[in-house]
Amino acid sequence: MNKQVELKHKRVIASTHVKLGEKNRMNQTYTDINDIFFKAEQTPSFLTGSEVIREAIKRASVGTSVAYPITPQSEAAALIGEIYAEGYLDEYFRGESEFAVMGQCAGAAFGGHRVFTTTAGPGTLRAMENFPMWAGARLPIQVCVTCRGVNSPLSIQPDTLEMHYLLETGMMVWHAETAQDLFDFILKGFIVAEQPDVHVPIAVCCDGFFVTHTKDTVELPPVDLTLTPYDPYKNPQPVMDMETSPIRMMRDPFVMKSNYISYATHASWQQEVKAAVERSRKHAVPLLDGLIDTENADQEVLIVGSGTAVSQSREAIRLLEADGVKVGLVKIKTIRPFPYEEIRQVTKNAKHIFVPEFNIAGWLAREIKSTIPDNERVYAGPHVCGGMTMPSEVIVEQIKNHLGMETVKLRM
Amino acid sequence: MSKEKISICEDLADIMPPEYQELVATATFGNQDRGWKDIGSSKELIEQHSLCAGCPESIAFRYILASLPAPEDTVFVGSTGCTSLVFPHVAVHNIHSLFGNQNAIASGLKRALASRFPDVEKDVVVLAGDGATVDIGLDMTMQSWFRQEKFTTICFDNELYANTGGQESGLMQKGFVAKMAPKGKSFEKVRLPEIAREAGCAYIAVLTVSKPNRVEQAIKNAIYVAREIGPTFVQLYTPCILEIGKQSMEGLDEMKDAETIGGRFVQKEYITEEAQKLLDSIKEETKARKKAAKAKKPVNA
Repeated sequence: MNKQVELKHKRVIASTHVKLGEKNRMNQTYTDINDIFFKAEQTPSFLTGSEVIREAIKRASVGTSVAYPITPQSEAAALIGEIYAEGYLDEYFRGESEFAVMGQCAGAAFGGHRVFTTTAGPGTLRAMENFPMWAGARLPIQVCVTCRGVNSPLSIQPDTLEMHYLLETGMMVWHAETAQDLFDFILKGFIVAEQPDVHVPIAVCCDGFFVTHTKDTVELPPVDLTLTPYDPYKNPQPVMDMETSPIRMMRDPFVMKSNYISYATHASWQQEVKAAVERSRKHAVPLLDGLIDTENADQEVLIVGSGTAVSQSREAIRLLEADGVKVGLVKIKTIRPFPYEEIRQVTKNAKHIFVPEFNIAGWLAREIKSTIPDNERVYAGPHVCGGMTMPSEVIVEQIKNHLGMETVKLRM
Repeated sequence: MSKEKISICEDLADIMPPEYQELVATATFGNQDRGWKDIGSSKELIEQHSLCAGCPESIAFRYILASLPAPEDTVFVGSTGCTSLVFPHVAVHNIHSLFGNQNAIASGLKRALASRFPDVEKDVVVLAGDGATVDIGLDMTMQSWFRQEKFTTICFDNELYANTGGQESGLMQKGFVAKMAPKGKSFEKVRLPEIAREAGCAYIAVLTVSKPNRVEQAIKNAIYVAREIGPTFVQLYTPCILEIGKQSMEGLDEMKDAETIGGRFVQKEYITEEAQKLLDSIKEETKARKKAAKAKKPVNA
């Protein structure tokens, strides 16, 4: 499971039922994902994260998207509606709640469509019952989660606590740091999730507001290129369209049987879903150029993070370097599958590992602690939550404090 | 799907189970005049059921499956409950996902199928119990009607939660003493047919499953109208004989009692003008087609 995967020279097999080079009704050319990202000319564009989601979906050959308003994803969901009206998607409508929306997404996926939706915070939690159902039914739906607080009193501020709840749903969970990541992850996420040996849902997460509502320069491939569409007949399970023979699935429903066969069936299916997420590595690694990125990872002091905590850490590292403290950086791109072996290798020589997070739980620090030997090396922090920002100075201060260095007292 | 799609590869024919062989040989896929009268002379699309002996739901399943106008292009969406124990035995694609989200699933499914198969009518039929339809799923049931989603919703109304052991449901009669209603249910049976009418259903039928010809007609009407006009709803009384203290052989009598004048399930239909016109034209076409077929047959044939 934790074997190091070779990073280069792997080519992802995309859906082939529509020939590469054919044009769709919007005059876009179906193009292999490798060619979209690694061959086509990329043009810099200055966009908000929400606009980046729209640009990704324009190039994603999506069948159905179902929308529901919740800050901070409402703008992205509405922008997808606008490109639906232009003709880029086959189906788009507003559902009545996140629980219903995720059911509507499941229905469209059962019927053979590529499906995309967006949600955030309380919406993610309201939808939660659907996520293990998607995974169990092997529906490769993509949900873009623009993380925000889930606590009471009402909060709409950025907070990544909801990702903690997603970790054991059986979905792939990727965490975008920047708008560029968000664009790349959405398109690459479809292709990885839809591989026949994977075929599980994917949550592409980003930090709400910090990514969705700020403008950033993003390299975009031409809009006349689009992903090859989803091929529903590569589903490891029958598509619910009565185009294949209906089979009698079992003599007695497993829910009725309290015996070893029933337990074994459920247990093996849970293990299979987990294994399918693990199998996604071999497709994700070449497309994402590894599940982690590293900068000066041979230092004794490392920061390991995901999402915008990585951006803040970069600046902190620059400040620390000015003070003569050299710190390396590890950016985790996929939380599920978790890069266990990569993290073990990259932290081998580190004496201090800092894990800054935008949530109170410190779930990423827990993951890392449970992965590496001598985990007293892990310092779970700094943490901010409830929408607070994480100034680079706070990261600098906590690192210096922990290392026993003198610090300038920060005014908070 | 046509009958060819279920035919068996010759090399594997001898290892296919007999029930599948029968399905290929005598099931009525593709026969546009199929109906309840085929039961007994052709392979039914339900192999067995895991329900209690004498459960009216089992006969309701048989009538419905025999009445589908095009099972070769029909997909069922079920929900959690006794019905979910039957679907694994049914020779029509069917989806079980969660409890109460059946009309949400059907909304996405119908739209995806309509977009993937613009030239084929793919019928989507929801079949769920009253807990799923009215209590936990009422929001999604009604919202699919508001949105005018083109599929049929069938509710097996047994007036309680049967599969979990007889708890109070919204469709239970007022005063009935049940689990979770220890002093008797305190409010009236939810008037779902009226809700369906106000929410925009174009065809609504309420009846018991005591008479197969009536069930057949209601199911066919509902599916025809859903194809062309909008959402349709069929509420069928399928009493849970176990939980109302009846014997296995008493289900039919219970339904007959409930449909007599003054009973809760006197047959009623609500049909919009547009739906009525459609049904009349289908009736005319069917009549003409049958007449033409009869005329073609040689005398004494």
